Amino acid sequence: MNIPGNIITLIAGILLTLISLWYGQNHGLMPVEASQGAAEVDELFNLMMTIATGLFLIVEGVLVYCLIKFRRKKGDKTDGPGVEGNVPLEIVWTAIPTVIVFILALYSFEVYNNMGGLDPETSRDFPQGEMQMAENKGKMVAFNPHQGHLSLGIGNAKADLEVDVNGIQYAWIFTYPDSGVVSGELHVPVNKQVKLNMKAGDVIHAFWVPQLRLKQDVLPGRDSNLAFNANRIGNYPIVCAELCGAYHGGMKTTLYVESEEDYQKWIQENTFANAQEKADTMALMTQSMTGEKRLEMHSHHLGVTPETLAQLHNN
Amino acid sequence: MATNTVSEKPQHKQRKLIDYFTFNTDHKVIGIQYLVTSFLFYFIGGAFAEVVRTELATPDPDIVSPELYNQLFTLHGTIMIFLWIVPAGAAFANYLIPLMIGAEDMAFPRLNAVAFWMAPPGGVLLLGSFLVGAPQSGWTSYPPLSLMTGKWGEEFWILSLLLLGTSSILGAINFATTILKMRIKDMDLYSMPLFCWAMLATSALILLSTPVLAGALILLSFDLIAGTSFFNPTGGGDPVVYQHLFWFYSHPAVYIMILPFFGVISEVIPVHSRKPIFGYRAIAYSSLAITFLGLIVWAHHMFTSGTPGWLRMFFMATTMLIAVPTGIKIFSWCATMWGGKIELNTPMLFAMGFVSSFLIGGFTRGMISFLPFDIYVHDTYFIVGHFHYVLFGGSALALFSGFYHWYPKMTGKNYHEGLGQLHFILTFIGLNITFMPMHQLGLMGMNRRVALYDVEFQPLNLLSTAGAYVMAVSTIPFIINVIWSLAKGTQAERNPWRALTLEWQTASPPIIENFEEEPILWSGPYDYGVDDEEQEEESVADMLADVSAK
Repeated sequence: MNIPGNIITLIAGILLTLISLWYGQNHGLMPVEASQGAAEVDELFNLMMTIATGLFLIVEGVLVYCLIKFRRKKGDKTDGPGVEGNVPLEIVWTAIPTVIVFILALYSFEVYNNMGGLDPETSRDFPQGEMQMAENKGKMVAFNPHQGHLSLGIGNAKADLEVDVNGIQYAWIFTYPDSGVVSGELHVPVNKQVKLNMKAGDVIHAFWVPQLRLKQDVLPGRDSNLAFNANRIGNYPIVCAELCGAYHGGMKTTLYVESEEDYQKWIQENTFANAQEKADTMALMTQSMTGEKRLEMHSHHLGVTPETLAQLHNN
Repeated sequence: MATNTVSEKPQHKQRKLIDYFTFNTDHKVIGIQYLVTSFLFYFIGGAFAEVVRTELATPDPDIVSPELYNQLFTLHGTIMIFLWIVPAGAAFANYLIPLMIGAEDMAFPRLNAVAFWMAPPGGVLLLGSFLVGAPQSGWTSYPPLSLMTGKWGEEFWILSLLLLGTSSILGAINFATTILKMRIKDMDLYSMPLFCWAMLATSALILLSTPVLAGALILLSFDLIAGTSFFNPTGGGDPVVYQHLFWFYSHPAVYIMILPFFGVISEVIPVHSRKPIFGYRAIAYSSLAITFLGLIVWAHHMFTSGTPGWLRMFFMATTMLIAVPTGIKIFSWCATMWGGKIELNTPMLFAMGFVSSFLIGGFTRGMISFLPFDIYVHDTYFIVGHFHYVLFGGSALALFSGFYHWYPKMTGKNYHEGLGQLHFILTFIGLNITFMPMHQLGLMGMNRRVALYDVEFQPLNLLSTAGAYVMAVSTIPFIINVIWSLAKGTQAERNPWRALTLEWQTASPPIIENFEEEPILWSGPYDYGVDDEEQEEESVADMLADVSAK
């Protein structure tokens, strides 16, 4: 049977679209979503996967077709057709990617804005409106009263809970200013707006919770923020994502997203019980210790077993 | 007297082996020096990568110490970038530019030799850092970590990069001047081979961005040994400023590493498809567009760093635009092959392998330009997979493609086709097994630069390690082919591919000062099948007979 070429093209196009749409939704590459923001990032990723799958199949298809169809016969010394270009075609393949990236850019802007990334508190280095004038040595100078307090990252002014985060080699320390609790784990109540005020004690670290799809560098000498609203109870890893030294891979702890009652219970238990912990932390901040000793002290935060540590020392 | 005048002309005989170890100003000798040096470092950097992958076969840090692990990936990255891909691009540029434009040599031959001879000391210095404790803060060397992990190793790294960067700047001055000023008189900019356009764009990038890296490294060096606080927060410095300065060079560096190889692919595909390049001007202009955009996208490496929201938005917009000129190139190469008469030899296999795997690097590049997604995958194995598809699936495959394409010209010997194809098959399978699982690992939540990871990531890491071993094996047919063909290969013809660019008009290998007499431009670089085919064939044969008669 002889099927006309344009019907084959049509069928191929429909198949291509269906495969791309299916794979874009069913790639299963992302971990669970623990917040609304995470779900939005995944939708953006799914759209990009759909487009990429379609374009991938087209280009690889062309390559394989060329490989089979346009091979030189043995002994053939002639040239192919002398086609040097095709302006309408070139305009089309310039315009299509341009349109695609602009759509994705607008979409990304929306997603990032919903995360709170363009919150005026954190999106500008030095808000001009808040500059003040003062006299200095007989001259009027402008200064920014918030300089030094301004922080970077993704923040939101309205937070139900604020937690101070300190990143040090190789541990995360969480301080709850309201209750004075200091912990190596982060406990937050579900469906509450949480804001992390982060700084680093030594080198640059990065606070990353894959299930929240959020990451922010934690810098020495500069504050940074991260705001999220976890909507799914569970335990999620907190990973340091910026190379911070030899034991960078061990700088891990856990985010516990709990019901309001469980969270309150945890706060109660820890308000008085962590006096000793606090002393440890203080000692850690002041004493000079070798990296290994320091790590050993915090091994219970790190998800590293004493056996692994012993192994590390032996190497 | 007549004989005397003749004997004053350069002697048309082969180079002696010893010439390649001297301060020689012949661009072809320098090209080979660059190529051989860069491949020596490819094997060293590759060996480091094999150790790293072996360590990553298990979730525990059990093969090497964590410090040594960090040293190995730091040096792997630095070597592969600054001592393999960049000098290999310079090797092709040195060897080919004068031949392609019909010149006798580069514009500044002595400067050219100086530029090359800065590279080996740079490499020795980098490897010598092992004697004093190699740097272990990654090829990015972010302070304050880089100020705290061994002073002298870090200082060796800085000095090495300053040497290699200076070498690169001197090379770029030479390439740009030669291309702009030394073409034979009939060749205007639009009848140059596209490789020359690519090198013009690369040189502009090198000249504009490399000095900034030098500045950043000198300031870092002051922080390191003189105790200043440019980037050290304990003295009031700002580590984010270093990141801006570093990426102002190091993002363009990505294009410095890929643009020359885009040029190589634009040469290889038309010759072996027997068709003109599709959209010459679009390809040439897209190189320039990449140069321009490449200079204003650096902070996308800092989307999760100390950057405010508006700045992240700006850099997202510029970054996403680079997808357009890159797309133009990929579509143009596909259209060049379409309807052609493809000879599936080693250069063409590598070129097609390049298009198919660079495409994947291009897609992931498009994805990570979009801020919310990048915040998720930044510093994960997704990024590691992405840039290995760009630099190995892209630059390295194109490098091998060009290597086999010009091997007959450079050595005067034909390579062994079977071994070449075996090299391609092993490389292509190996690279996909190694780098494809990395994307999934990153999306699952594995961070990069770790020796210790969660057990759930082990199966994919094992797969990746297996792929790395396949890639190690792939170098065996390559090495055998290069050495065996040099010793026992058949004598290569002047123009084995029946190509139209000028380098094929002279002997293989070309004589000293390149051409017996000034070559004549009798067709565009890619005019395959443009005139009446019969006539074209005849004129090629006539021209060659004419030239060899002289």
